[in-house]
Amino acid sequence: MNYTFNWRIYWETSPDGVHTYFSLLMSGLGWTLATALTAWVMALILGALVGTVRTMPVKWAVVIGNAYVELFRNIPLLVQMFLWFFVMPELLPKAMGTWVKQLPNASFITAVLCLGFFTSARVAEQVRAGINSLPRGQRMAATAMGLTDPQAYRYVVLPQAFRIILPPLTSEFINIIKNSAVALVINLVELTQQARSMAEFSFKVFEAFAAATLIYLLVNAVVVVLMRAIEKKVAIPGLIVASAGGH
Amino acid sequence: MFANFDFDVIARSWKYLFFDGLAFTLKLTVLAMVGGIFLGTLLAMARLSSKRLIAMPAATYVNLIRSVPLVLVIFWFYFLGPYVGAWIVGAKDPVKVGDFASALITFVLFEAAYYCEIMRAGIQSVPRGQVWAGYALGLNYWQTMGKVVLPQAFRNMIPVLLTQTIVLFQDVSLVYVIGLPDFVGIADKVAHRDGRLTEMYLFVALVYFILCYSLSLLVKQLQQRVAVIR
Repeated sequence: MNYTFNWRIYWETSPDGVHTYFSLLMSGLGWTLATALTAWVMALILGALVGTVRTMPVKWAVVIGNAYVELFRNIPLLVQMFLWFFVMPELLPKAMGTWVKQLPNASFITAVLCLGFFTSARVAEQVRAGINSLPRGQRMAATAMGLTDPQAYRYVVLPQAFRIILPPLTSEFINIIKNSAVALVINLVELTQQARSMAEFSFKVFEAFAAATLIYLLVNAVVVVLMRAIEKKVAIPGLIVASAGGH
Repeated sequence: MFANFDFDVIARSWKYLFFDGLAFTLKLTVLAMVGGIFLGTLLAMARLSSKRLIAMPAATYVNLIRSVPLVLVIFWFYFLGPYVGAWIVGAKDPVKVGDFASALITFVLFEAAYYCEIMRAGIQSVPRGQVWAGYALGLNYWQTMGKVVLPQAFRNMIPVLLTQTIVLFQDVSLVYVIGLPDFVGIADKVAHRDGRLTEMYLFVALVYFILCYSLSLLVKQLQQRVAVIR
């Protein structure tokens, strides 16, 4: 096989004449993290809302919540990217559509919107499951103590549900980082895209993708460690054990 | 809103879209599912092995694959396939690996990691006593696995395996990044040829939604039926 490794390639100047390949990869990582983090905040807020709505005793609200989740779960992420990037500006009123298309960071904004909505449906599913996993007595006790429904959610149900679903939320957070790579189809120059152009320009395919893989692994490790720390910090002694045996 | 839309573009190209594009997607999905479940089951058995020399590499592989984006894995195989092929055959120059073969290998190896975790849970859901009973009857490891444990594990995990297959069906659309003629790829070609991006992408989303949603309803029904018998 005629492949010569060149592990010093990262410090060589890329075809743009200014940056080394290493700094390009780092800028890709920056966009990956910026996209994933912004979308994650959006997904958490929307997902918590929709997930809570799906457990409320109001039938039409539950139907809408379920439809929301099914809509974002049953269309491939790639197609959703296209919908937000190419189709959404066309469906808006003409002046607004043009404005959206000319935004300076259109790729980034669309990618955040798309990933945010996509992941919010998955977060909503976890939130619903978390709330439903609580013993029924918790809500009954809250009502018996004279709390209104919103108060019961705020002070009794949600604080427990969120602690229960922290582990699946960790994997959703890792998923959103991985899924942000799909945004390269709408020209977001994130980590995978930087690795791909490095491979194409330098012909050092192995080195380029090895670097990207290693960076993704490191980011995952950091997320796992951080989330474990959060889990430990917010844990209520005895809660998980009690809820595991309770139902 | 839809006044200056031209949905005629779909009427003109539906044969191409479905018989070439969707057929390609379905073929890749089914083959990758079969290969992925087979390899995934082997990986799950390896991960549950009491021999560290077998369990460790399998666990490393599964965790590695599960922490990188599918798009990156597709690029890995697409760009490095020719070099690895040359290394296997012993040729001096990179060999040409067919697009379909390259995509299929990628998806089998990638999805195997996810199917592995499902099958591992499935195997662990079978009571220990079943294994002991198998050995007590004089069956060896492969017989116990093949005739006693795996059939029950599969049965328990069919709904989850199918849900993962729906995910795989959606994931196949990512072969777009290497320009393969799957459902999205073909729709994209037609959309750009006729300048009808909006109509085409909306149609593609609708088709995916109908297919995936009805499949997920089927899975839910199956889940209830399995649950009733057990």
